[in-house]
Amino acid sequence: MSSILNTHNLSIGYSKKKKKIVVQSDLNLELKAGELVCLIGQNGCGKSTLLRTLAGLQKPLYGKVLVDNQELDKIRIHEKARKLALVLTEKVDIENATVADIVRMGRQPYCNWWGSLSEADYGIVNEAIEMVHLEAKADCHLNELSDGERQRVMIAKALAQDTPLILLDEPTAHLDLPNRVEIMLLLHKLAHRTGKSVVISTHELDMALQAADRIWLMTKTDGIECGVPEDLVLQGHFHEAFQSKSYYFNSANGNFSMNYPMTKKVWVEGDKTRMYWTLRALARAGYMVVEEAEVVIKITPECWIINAVELKSVEELLTKLEGVV
Amino acid sequence: MRSRNFIYFAILLVLTMLLFLSDLAWGSITIPFREILDVFFGKGESINTEILLNFRLPKAITAILTGAALSVAGLMMQTLFRNPLAEPYILGVSSGASLGVALVTMASGFLPAILMNSGWAMILAAVIGGALVLLMVLGVSFRIQNAVSLLIVGIMFGTIAGSVVSVMQNFSNPDAIKLFIMWTFGSLSAVTWTYMQALLPIILLGLIMTMMLHKRLDVLLLGENYARGLGVSVIQTRFFIILATGLLAGGITAFTGPIAFVGVAIPHIARGIFKTSTHKILIPATMLCGASLLLVCDLISQMPSYTLPINTISSLFGAPIILWIILKKK
Repeated sequence: MSSILNTHNLSIGYSKKKKKIVVQSDLNLELKAGELVCLIGQNGCGKSTLLRTLAGLQKPLYGKVLVDNQELDKIRIHEKARKLALVLTEKVDIENATVADIVRMGRQPYCNWWGSLSEADYGIVNEAIEMVHLEAKADCHLNELSDGERQRVMIAKALAQDTPLILLDEPTAHLDLPNRVEIMLLLHKLAHRTGKSVVISTHELDMALQAADRIWLMTKTDGIECGVPEDLVLQGHFHEAFQSKSYYFNSANGNFSMNYPMTKKVWVEGDKTRMYWTLRALARAGYMVVEEAEVVIKITPECWIINAVELKSVEELLTKLEGVV
Repeated sequence: MRSRNFIYFAILLVLTMLLFLSDLAWGSITIPFREILDVFFGKGESINTEILLNFRLPKAITAILTGAALSVAGLMMQTLFRNPLAEPYILGVSSGASLGVALVTMASGFLPAILMNSGWAMILAAVIGGALVLLMVLGVSFRIQNAVSLLIVGIMFGTIAGSVVSVMQNFSNPDAIKLFIMWTFGSLSAVTWTYMQALLPIILLGLIMTMMLHKRLDVLLLGENYARGLGVSVIQTRFFIILATGLLAGGITAFTGPIAFVGVAIPHIARGIFKTSTHKILIPATMLCGASLLLVCDLISQMPSYTLPINTISSLFGAPIILWIILKKK
């Protein structure tokens, strides 16, 4: 597969009063066609700065960004609009504008100064609206839409721009869980079906781990680690990137777990489904699960058993434990 | 959608024409429509011909130009700043113009006598004052990243100009102050055929520039970063918008004096009627709405038996519309 985006020894950051403030340096990234990449990292490590630099909204401090093997700075602005499309965090609120109006703006880089769209343009616009499942709302005004739907409108606009590369800055922020999942699935499908390359900056770690083909894991000090999500997990990169006193990256389930102070010991055995949730409750209540513990909890599909006493709920279990441990 | 817009345009066009004819017909003397037609076909001989050709006709044309120019300039400012209360004077054009006029009327002792007591002196002063402020704002616009700061720069220039005018008023004689105050009331009848030869090309140029910008204005509604992402050079577009606004608002203010509230209110009326955000439709719609509203204002201001300043009437129309916008937004 050919690569659509490359960076060569790229340093990103800001110029402030002639002083250059470098946020990240010597980045050598590569993005292949048809790949969905999630850019993750803690707040303030430079995710947005990188995305803005890749989008050409701000200049690299040093090094180069190559899109389609052409240096980004040297591509003319309307040419650039045919190579990469953006979905930003800025809220778009336009009086009277319909969904179709916004998506049609995606065709702007292709039409003449008078702005008339051809049949083919309308076809592409409709296709883009269908891809984000907003056909039924094409003529609705923006202010009649939910936040998730608005985000899908902006994605449709980017699709209508018909670029090999789409960059999205925090597309799932401000959305509830079902909408977040839907947007991620949609982007995943789009990348694979249309062969577009998609870069998403996000701090939804679990979502990124499931949807991304590759992950660019950004740390404050050690640059960017690139790889297939599972490799990064197994090599312990996540653990390093997200270290903290109060939580840790749990390689077993790809989530963050809180570092509860564990003082009391119990042992658990039995039903698998109930086991997971029982362990969570025990961790929160401060119980360490060890084999040599005196108290043993037996889990059956219907109840929990301690010292031959049957308990019907986790709540009862925790109350009972307080008495025996 | 298209046919509905077509009907609205037809209605507005007919309305503007009717108002134009009424503006010619009614006033301190009523001229019958028959006679108006006669004059147009070169048959009229009476005193009415004189009134019509040299007074009412240029005034009615000025009303149309003023309405169209200020409203379209307002539309551009509202789009550029993405603020429903932005207006053509927000960049300080009118303050600059009024500073120029104040210099001519009140500080005239310091100026060469040849410049005085001619209509051109005031116009020239207004043009120079407005253009200077505009040039400063344009200069700043290249150095500033976001449009909101530009808005503040415009307001600050305006405040400075306003304060200087106040200081001058303090040291002027009552006659000079009265002359200046009269200018601030605005007057459509100040534009004679001689002035029209200068005003008309300026406004037409401004309107043509605006129409050429329509596609970029649409994209600017998404915000400056999205606009960049769609291949629009924001700095360049901003330059052209400010230039076109300068021609439109500056040109009108120089010849008629400041006319308030048209620029902020009319674009909202046009949006309300056409229910669209597309500038290809909004620009001509705003022009027609502005032209008809200014014709109505002019009709009221030239009612028999009393004459009101046009600036007062346009404010009486405009201010309630702004209130309505704010209440509707809630």
